Amino acid sequence: MWRFIGIRLLQAIPVILVVITVTFFLVRVAPGGPFSAEKAVLPEVKAALEAQYRLDLPLFQQYVAYLGDLAQGEFGPSFKYPGRSVNELIGAGLPVTAELGLYALLVAVVIGGIAGVIAALKPNTAQDYIPMTAAMIGICMPSFLLGPLLVLVFGIYLDWLPVSGWGDIPGDKILPAITLGSAYAAYIARLSRAGMLEVMSQDYIRTARAKGLPEWQVVVKHGLRGGLIPVVAFLGPAFAGLLAGSFVVETIFQIPGLGRFYVQAAFNRDYTMILGTTVFLSTLIVLFNLLSDILAAWMNPRLRAQFGEN
Amino acid sequence: MINTVSRLLAALLVTTFLAACTGGESNVEIGNREGILHFGNGSEPQGLDPHVVTGVPENKIVRSLFEGLAVKNPWTLEPEPGVAESWDISEDGRVYTFYLNPEAKWSNGEPVTAGDYVWSWNRALHPAMGNQYAYMLFPVVNAQAFASKQIEDFSQVGVKALDERTLQVTLNEATPYFLQLMDHYSTFAVHPETILKHGKMTDRYTKWTRVGNMVNNGPFNLKEWKLNRRIVVEKSDTYWDRDKVRLNGVVYYPTENIVSEERMFRVGQLHTTGTVPLDKIPVYQAMENTPYVQSPYLGTYYYLINTNREPLTDVRVRRALSLAIDRVKLNDTVLQKSNFPAYSITPPGTMGYQPPKLFDYDPELARSLLADAGYPDGEGWPEVELVYNTSEGHRKIAVALQQMWKDVLNIKITIANQEWKVYLDSVDTMNFDIARRGWIGDYVDPNNFLDLFITDGGNNNTGFANPRYDDLILNLAPQADTQEERFRLFYEAETLLMEQMPILPIYTYTNKKLKHPSVRDMPSNLMDSLNLKYVWLDADWDKGAEK
Repeated sequence: MWRFIGIRLLQAIPVILVVITVTFFLVRVAPGGPFSAEKAVLPEVKAALEAQYRLDLPLFQQYVAYLGDLAQGEFGPSFKYPGRSVNELIGAGLPVTAELGLYALLVAVVIGGIAGVIAALKPNTAQDYIPMTAAMIGICMPSFLLGPLLVLVFGIYLDWLPVSGWGDIPGDKILPAITLGSAYAAYIARLSRAGMLEVMSQDYIRTARAKGLPEWQVVVKHGLRGGLIPVVAFLGPAFAGLLAGSFVVETIFQIPGLGRFYVQAAFNRDYTMILGTTVFLSTLIVLFNLLSDILAAWMNPRLRAQFGEN
Repeated sequence: MINTVSRLLAALLVTTFLAACTGGESNVEIGNREGILHFGNGSEPQGLDPHVVTGVPENKIVRSLFEGLAVKNPWTLEPEPGVAESWDISEDGRVYTFYLNPEAKWSNGEPVTAGDYVWSWNRALHPAMGNQYAYMLFPVVNAQAFASKQIEDFSQVGVKALDERTLQVTLNEATPYFLQLMDHYSTFAVHPETILKHGKMTDRYTKWTRVGNMVNNGPFNLKEWKLNRRIVVEKSDTYWDRDKVRLNGVVYYPTENIVSEERMFRVGQLHTTGTVPLDKIPVYQAMENTPYVQSPYLGTYYYLINTNREPLTDVRVRRALSLAIDRVKLNDTVLQKSNFPAYSITPPGTMGYQPPKLFDYDPELARSLLADAGYPDGEGWPEVELVYNTSEGHRKIAVALQQMWKDVLNIKITIANQEWKVYLDSVDTMNFDIARRGWIGDYVDPNNFLDLFITDGGNNNTGFANPRYDDLILNLAPQADTQEERFRLFYEAETLLMEQMPILPIYTYTNKKLKHPSVRDMPSNLMDSLNLKYVWLDADWDKGAEK
C-alpha cells in the first residue's frame, strides 16, 4: 500500500513540473502585459514597474528564479494587488472555496445518491425515469442559468434567502451550494444507479435475500457498499473540479473564493497569480485523484487483498 | 449506516434552510438606523496606497481615508479647503502657497505638515515608484524631469516647505485646473514614518495599507478589509472637520457582477450601486419614485481611426463614416436613451466650454464624400475591421454602426471583439483599422481631452499629427491671459480636430446608479466625485408615505 502511494507521488512531480513550465511560457505569449493600461504609461514608469517584478530579466532567468521561489514554497507577489503575495491571496480564497465545495459535494452526494439508488431499485419504471430525467436536466443546466433562476425564485420573489454574499447574512451559503452541487448531483445519480444495478444482480445479494433479510437491509447493508464504489472514485476528481470550477458560482453570488481570483488573474495578466493558482490547483487535483484511488481500493476487498500481498 | 448519515445530513440541511427563512432586517434598514452606508463599489480595489492605485473603485475608498490639500465641493466641483485651510495664488498664476490647517491631523494624532507633502510628492514622482498617475503633478516645475530621470535631485522640483504649515508650489505656467488636481489621490500626502516602518519609500509591495498599520488623514479610518468580500471604514475622531461627518461608517462591496449588484440593491443589501445593467434601465425609468439616477459624466465614447491605413488615410472616407452614423437613433434605441449623442471629443459644458458641432447625421453628404474618395456606392471598398474590447454593450453599438454603414454607404465593415489586454495591446501598437475607445476626464478642463491628440501623444493612437493643433494646445492656450481667450484657442483646436476626423465621437457618458431614497446629500456631478463627509442617511425617509 505505501509503495503504491509512494510511486504515485513520485509520478506526480514531473506532471506538476510540466504544468508549471507550460503555464509559465504560455501566459507570456498572450498579448498585453500586467501593466498595460487604458491611459498611456510613461516609459520610465513602466520600466520601474517591470524592474520591481523582475520582468526586466531575460525570460529564462525569470523562469529559473520562479522555480527557485517555488522550491521555497513562495508563489511571489501579485502584480494586480500590490502588497499582497499570491500565497496570501490563495490563503484568503481557498477556505471559502473549500467550504463551498464541501457543501456542494454534500448536496451532490445526498441528492444524487438517493436519487440513483431509488432509480436502480425499480429499473425501467417511472421510479427510474423520473429521477434520471431530472439528472439529465441537471447535467445539461449550466450553473450560470440555474444560479440566477434560484436567486429569482428564492431570493427575490419568495424573499427567503439572500441573493449574494458569503457568511454575511444567515442562509447566504444555501443557494450557492445547491447551484454548484446540482450538476454533480446529477452525475452521482447516474453513477450510483449504474453501480447499484450491477451490484443488485450479484449472487451475494441473492444470498442476502434468500437469508430472508428485509429489502431495505439488503440495499443498505449489502448493496450500497459495492454500488457506491464508482461514486467514491468520482468524489476525488469531483472535489478538485469543484475547487477549480466554482468561479461561475462565485461570480454569480459574489463569493470571495479562489475561483474569482483565478479568473481575474487571467484577465489581468497577473502572471504570478495565474501560475500560483494553476500550480496549486493542479497539485490538488493530482492529490485528490490519488486519494480517491486509495479510498476505492480500501472499499474494494479484491483490490485490498492485492495490496496486502505486496 | 451510510443512509443514517445521509438522513442526518439532509435533516441538517433542512434546518439551516429553515433557520435562514426567518427573515429580518435588511442591510439598508440596519444601516439607516446606525448610520452605516452600504456601497456597491464595482470591484476589489488593487490596493489602498494613493501612489500606487489607479481605478475608480480605489478612488472611492482612498478619498474617504485620505484628504487632499483642496477638495472638490460635490455640488459645484469648486475647490474648498481640505488639509489646506486657505491658499494664495501669485499674480502670474504660477506660484501657489498653501496654508495648512493646524487641526489637520494624521489618524495617529500627529499634525499633517508641509514636509509630509514634500516627502509624499517625492514618492509620487519617484521613477522607482512606478506611479501611473505621476503625470498629475507634471504642471509643477521639474516634476516631469524628475519622474523621467532627467534630474535626480528632488530639491530642484518646485515644491518647498516654507515652514511646518506653509507649502509653496511653483508651476511651469499658469494652470487653471491645478487646484482640482489637489483632490486627486496621486497628489495626496502619506505618512512618511508609517511607510518607512514597513519598507522603503518607493516599495509598492509593503503592508502599510493593512488594517492596524495604516495611518491616514481623511474623514474615515480603515476598520476591516476582507478580500473580495468587503472593506469597512469608520468615522475618524482625529479628522479636522469631524463635526461635519454624519455617517458612522461605510461598507464597500466589490460588486463586479453588475447583474448581482442590481439584485442586491433590490433586496436591500445595498444603498447605492456603481452602475445599472443596460436592459434594466427602461424598467427603472418607468418606475414611479425611481431609485434610478442618471446624470452627465465627464467622458466620451468614441472610435479611433488609424489614419495611417488605407482607405482611412483619406479624410473624405473618415468624414463619410462619421456622417453616416445616426447618433440620435443609436442613443434612443440601442442605448435606451441613457447617454447623449456626441459630435466632438470634449463633453459639452466642461467648465463652461462648448465644443464645436461641425456636422450632423447626413446620409446624402456621406455618400457623395465616399464617391469623391473613389468608392461610389461602396464599389471597390476594401476590407476594414472594427475592434472593440469584449462587452455586450460595445458589441451592440458596433453591430448597430455596422448596419448604418451598410445601409447608408453600402460598405462592409467587419467587427471583432478582443479580450481586454489584447485590445489594449492592439490600440497601443496601432494594430487596428477602427477601434473603440473611451476617455474619462481626470479633471474638469477641455485640456484633459484635447491634449490626447497632440502629435505622438501617448493616448493619440490615431496617427493624427497637426503642427497648428500642437501649437494651440501646448503653447498658445497655456499662455492665454483669460479663460475666454483660452477657450477660444481650444475651440479652434477642436475645430481642426473634427475637420480631420481621426476619431468618431459617438456619445457623451452619463453616470447611472441606483440610490436608495434614504441616502441624502450625495449629489450627482460631472466627475462622479463623491465626498462622504457630507452624506447622511435619513432613517425616517418613508415617514408619512406608508406607515
